Amino acid sequence: MTVNPSGWRPTTPANEQGEAQTVTGNRALMLEEPLIFEIGTTEQTGVDFDPPRNGEGDHAQHGGGGVVPGSDPPPSALRAATSPSRGGARLAGLERSRPIGLPGLSEPEMVRHYTRLSRQNYAIDLGLFPLGSCTMKHNPRLNEKVARLPGFADVHPLQPQETVQGALQVVNELAFWLLDLTGMYGVAMSPKAGAHGELCGLLCIRAALEARGDKRAVVLVPESAHGTNPATAAFAGYRVENIPANAAGRVDLAALKDRLGPDVAAVMITNPNTCGLFEPEMKAISDAVHAAGAFVYCDGANFNAIVGKVRPGDLGIDAMHINLHKTFSTPHGGGGPGSGPVVLSEALAPYGPLPFVAKYSDGSYKIVEEEQAADEHPGAFGRMVAFHGQMGMFTRALAYILSHGADGLKQVAEDSVLNANYILRSLEDVLDAPFGKSGPCMHEAIFSDKGFAGGLSTIDLAKALIDEGFHPMTMYFPLVVHGAMLVEPTETESKASLDQFILAVRAIAERARAGDQDLKAAPVHAPRRRLDETLAARKPVLAYRDPAPAEAAE
Amino acid sequence: MRYLPLSDADRSEMLGVIGASSIDELFRDVPEALRLTGPIAGLPLHASEMAVERHMTALSRKNMVAGDVPFFLGCGAYKHHIPASVDHIIQRGEFLTSYTPYQPEIAQGTLQMMFEFQSQVARLFGCEVANASMYDGSTAMWEAISMAHRITRKNKTIISSGVHPHYVRVAETMAKFTEDALATALPELTAATDAERLIAGIDGETSAVVVQYPDILGRIADLTPIAEAAHAAGALLIAVVTEPVALGLIKSPGEMGADIVVGEGQSIGVGLQFGGPYVGLFACREKHVRQMPGRLAGETVDAEGKRGFVLTLSTREQHIRREKATSNICTSSVLCALAFTAHLTLLGERGLRQLAELNHVRACEAADRLAAIPGVRLVNDSFFNEFTLDLPVEARPAVHAMVGKGVLGGVSLGRLYPGVDKLRNGLVIAVTETVTDDDIAALEAALKEVVQ
Repeated sequence: MTVNPSGWRPTTPANEQGEAQTVTGNRALMLEEPLIFEIGTTEQTGVDFDPPRNGEGDHAQHGGGGVVPGSDPPPSALRAATSPSRGGARLAGLERSRPIGLPGLSEPEMVRHYTRLSRQNYAIDLGLFPLGSCTMKHNPRLNEKVARLPGFADVHPLQPQETVQGALQVVNELAFWLLDLTGMYGVAMSPKAGAHGELCGLLCIRAALEARGDKRAVVLVPESAHGTNPATAAFAGYRVENIPANAAGRVDLAALKDRLGPDVAAVMITNPNTCGLFEPEMKAISDAVHAAGAFVYCDGANFNAIVGKVRPGDLGIDAMHINLHKTFSTPHGGGGPGSGPVVLSEALAPYGPLPFVAKYSDGSYKIVEEEQAADEHPGAFGRMVAFHGQMGMFTRALAYILSHGADGLKQVAEDSVLNANYILRSLEDVLDAPFGKSGPCMHEAIFSDKGFAGGLSTIDLAKALIDEGFHPMTMYFPLVVHGAMLVEPTETESKASLDQFILAVRAIAERARAGDQDLKAAPVHAPRRRLDETLAARKPVLAYRDPAPAEAAE
Repeated sequence: MRYLPLSDADRSEMLGVIGASSIDELFRDVPEALRLTGPIAGLPLHASEMAVERHMTALSRKNMVAGDVPFFLGCGAYKHHIPASVDHIIQRGEFLTSYTPYQPEIAQGTLQMMFEFQSQVARLFGCEVANASMYDGSTAMWEAISMAHRITRKNKTIISSGVHPHYVRVAETMAKFTEDALATALPELTAATDAERLIAGIDGETSAVVVQYPDILGRIADLTPIAEAAHAAGALLIAVVTEPVALGLIKSPGEMGADIVVGEGQSIGVGLQFGGPYVGLFACREKHVRQMPGRLAGETVDAEGKRGFVLTLSTREQHIRREKATSNICTSSVLCALAFTAHLTLLGERGLRQLAELNHVRACEAADRLAAIPGVRLVNDSFFNEFTLDLPVEARPAVHAMVGKGVLGGVSLGRLYPGVDKLRNGLVIAVTETVTDDDIAALEAALKEVVQ
C-alpha cells in the first residue's frame, strides 16, 4: 500500500553529517526565530493610539461615522495631562520611575514572530495527535466563530443580569444537556479545568460528609489514576491510599470491598480507566462504596468513549468532572484554557459551589450567588472562582453538542472506540498489548515496550514517530504498565490517517525490536533534536536576562 | 455528520480487521442493561452548521454588548481595545489545536512563547520569575496564599479589605478545607486604604499579607511599609493586580517589596467573555520557585547545542509528585497567555505606557465630571483607571436604572457586597481608552437623573 498518496516513499533519515548547512540556520520553510527580547526595543510599538476626541466612539462608528485617521499622541502631551496639576497627584506618588524592559514590535514583526513560532508546533490541524487520555480531536471552527460573537465575547461578567439573559441561557442550556448526557442530578459549571472540577467534586463530598457529622480521612485512588486525582484528594485534606488492580487492569472489587470502612470518604475511579478499559463492575463498586457510607468520584477525562452510549448516573457515580476541552472539543490551546463542569448526584447536588445559573418559570435566568444562597442553595460549600466560569468554553461546547446531537454523539463514542480497537489489533503483533487478550479496549489502546532490544524504550519509539510526522502517544503513563504507550486516536481521524500511523508505528516497532540504535538519535527532522531536560532543571533559566554590556557589544 | 470522517464501508472493513461482528461487541465490557439502545432521549438529532449558528447568534443577541453602549464596568475585568492581529495569532491552528508541550522537539512554538510570557510577566510585576499561567486571578491568589504557607510554615494570612470580594470568597472556601486561618474585613468608603490595620495585625504567626493594587475601590497605596512590616515578622507580602495595564504607569509591586505577585491578565489581550476564560498571572522570587505552582518553561539546549525550551521543574507538579505536588493544577490558560504576550509585544514598553496614560487621563476627566454632580462624592484621592463614587442613593437600583437609558454605568458595591449597608451607595466606575467624551457625557447625564 502507498504510505503517502503524494508519491513520497520512505527512505532512511539522511545522515546529519551530510546535511548542507545554511548561513542563517534556517532550512527553507523551517525558520529559526529569536526571542522578542532579542528583536524588539522598548521604543518600538505596534499600536497607534487616538488622542481623546469628542464624539468618536466605538459605537458611534458602528452607526456609520467615519474613522478619523489616528495619530500618535505625543507622550509629552499625555505626561502634561497626568502632571500633578491635572491628575498625576492621583497616583499616590507612585509613578514608575524605572524602565520595565518590555520589548515592542511593529505589527508585521509581531505577526511574523508568532507565525514563525507557530510553525514549530505540532497540532491536530497538522495530523494525528494520539495522546492517550487527552482526547485531541478536531476543533470545529464554527465553535470558534460563535464564541467570538460580540454578544458572548464582549459582555462583562458583572453586567446587570437583565442585560445578559442570552449568556445565562447558554450556561443553562449547556448544563441541561450535560445532565441529559450523564443522567445526573445537578451540575456545577464554574470549575476552570479538569483538576479544578475534581477539587469541586471532592469538596462537595467533604461538605456532604461534614453535614452529617461524619469526618472521614481517606480517599482511595487507583495507581493508574491521573496525578491530579491524588493531588486533589491531598489538597482536600484526605490521606490517599491505593486501590489494587487485578490482572485484567481493572479495580480489584474484592480487595476494594475489604478496604472500605468508616474511614473512607470517597473512591476516585477513572472510567473508562487509563488503560483504556471499561470497569465492568462499576455498578457493584458504586453499590459497595455507598453501602460503606462513602461517595464515588469518577474522573471524566475519558467520557469520550461512552458519551451518548452510557450515562454515568446509571453507574452509581456521585460526582464526575467533564473536560469540555476533551469530550466536547474546546481547543486545548497548548495547555489550556480548559473547563471542568462537575455533574453531581442527588446526594451531592445540595453542596455544589456558587454561583450557578437558575431558570425561572417566567423564562428568565438568574445567577444564584452568595446573596441568594441562604434561600436557594444553603448547602453550597463556597465559591471556586471569581465570576461564573469559562463562558468562552461553554459557547463552544454547546455548539459542539447541538451540532452532533444525540445521534452524532453516540457515533462519536462508537467511532472513537472503533478507531482505538483498529489500532490495537493492527499493532498487537509488533507491540506488546498487555490487556489485548482480555478483550476490546475502549477509546484508547495501551501498549508496553516489552520486546524492545538494545536498551531501547518507549521514548525512542515516540521520538522516531516525530520524524514520521506524528505526535507521539502518551508515554510512560499509566504507571501500571511498563514503558506504557497510550494511544487515543479519537473519532475525527479517517481510516487513511490511521493506516498511515499504523504503518509508521509498525516500522519503528520492528526497528526497536531489532535494537536499531539509530532510534536513539531521533528526532532528526524536528525543529530541535532531543532537548536536555536535566540541564534545564539543574540550572533553571526561567526568564530572559539581558546580556551583560560586554557581551552585547560583541 | 460533518466532523466524522469514517464511512460505513470504512467501519465494516475496520470491524473485519478487529474481528468483531458489530460495534456493540466492542462495548461488551459495559453491562448490556446499562447501554443505551438508541440515541439518548431529550437531545435533538444532529444539526447543520447554519442551524447551530442561527441558534447561537439568537442567544448572543439577547445580551447587551459592551462595545455598543457607554460602558464603565471593571472590578476585575476590563474592556480594552484588542488589536486584530492578536486574535489572528491565537487562531493559528498550530497554537489553537496543540497540547501541553510534553514533546518539546515539536512544541518549541508554545514553549518559547511561554518563556517570553514568563519573562514579560516577571518584568511587569517587578519579580525574578513567573510561571506560564494559572486559571485566573482568583485561583492564583489562593495558590499564592497556599505557597506562602509552604514557605513560612505558618498558616495565618491577613487579607486586605481592598481585595476583590470574589477572590476573598475563593480563598475562604479553600481555607475551610486546609489549615489556613484568614483574617478578612470589609472595605470602607474612604480615600485611605487599610494599610495601617494590616500592619498592626501582623505578628509572629503571620504567613502572609495579601493586598490588591490598585484595590477593589480603585485606590493605590504604597506597599513598601506593609512589605517591611511583613518581612520584619518573617511573613511574605502577596500583591494582587487585577488591572495589569496600571503597571505601565505606576510602580510594580515587586519594586515595593512584594514577595509573590499574582494577578488577572485578562485586560491585556483577552476579551471580557462574561468572565472566562481568563489568565492567572503568578510571579515570585527565584529562591521560592520550587514552591511555586503551575507549569514553567525553561531554557536549555538540544543534542546539537541549539537553544531550545522545555517544561521544567516538574518535580513540583502532580503528574510526577501526585499527592505531594505543590498544587493539583494541570491545565492552565496557555492560549490566553498567548493573547496576553502577543498584545504586550505589540504594545511594548512605550505602547503600554501610552495606553496606561490614556486610561488614567480619561479616568481623571470622568472622575472630575461625575464628582461635580450634586450629592455625588468621589471616594478616592488616588486611582488609576477605576474609582468609586459615593452616591446619595443606593447604587444597585441606580445601575439598573441606567441600563434603561442605554448606559452600563459601573459596578455597584451592592452587587459585590450584598447586604452590607455601609457600602450600598458605592459605585465603582472603570474608564479605559475605549471610553469617549460622548460616553462620559452619557454617563454623567444618566447618573444625574438617577441620583435625583
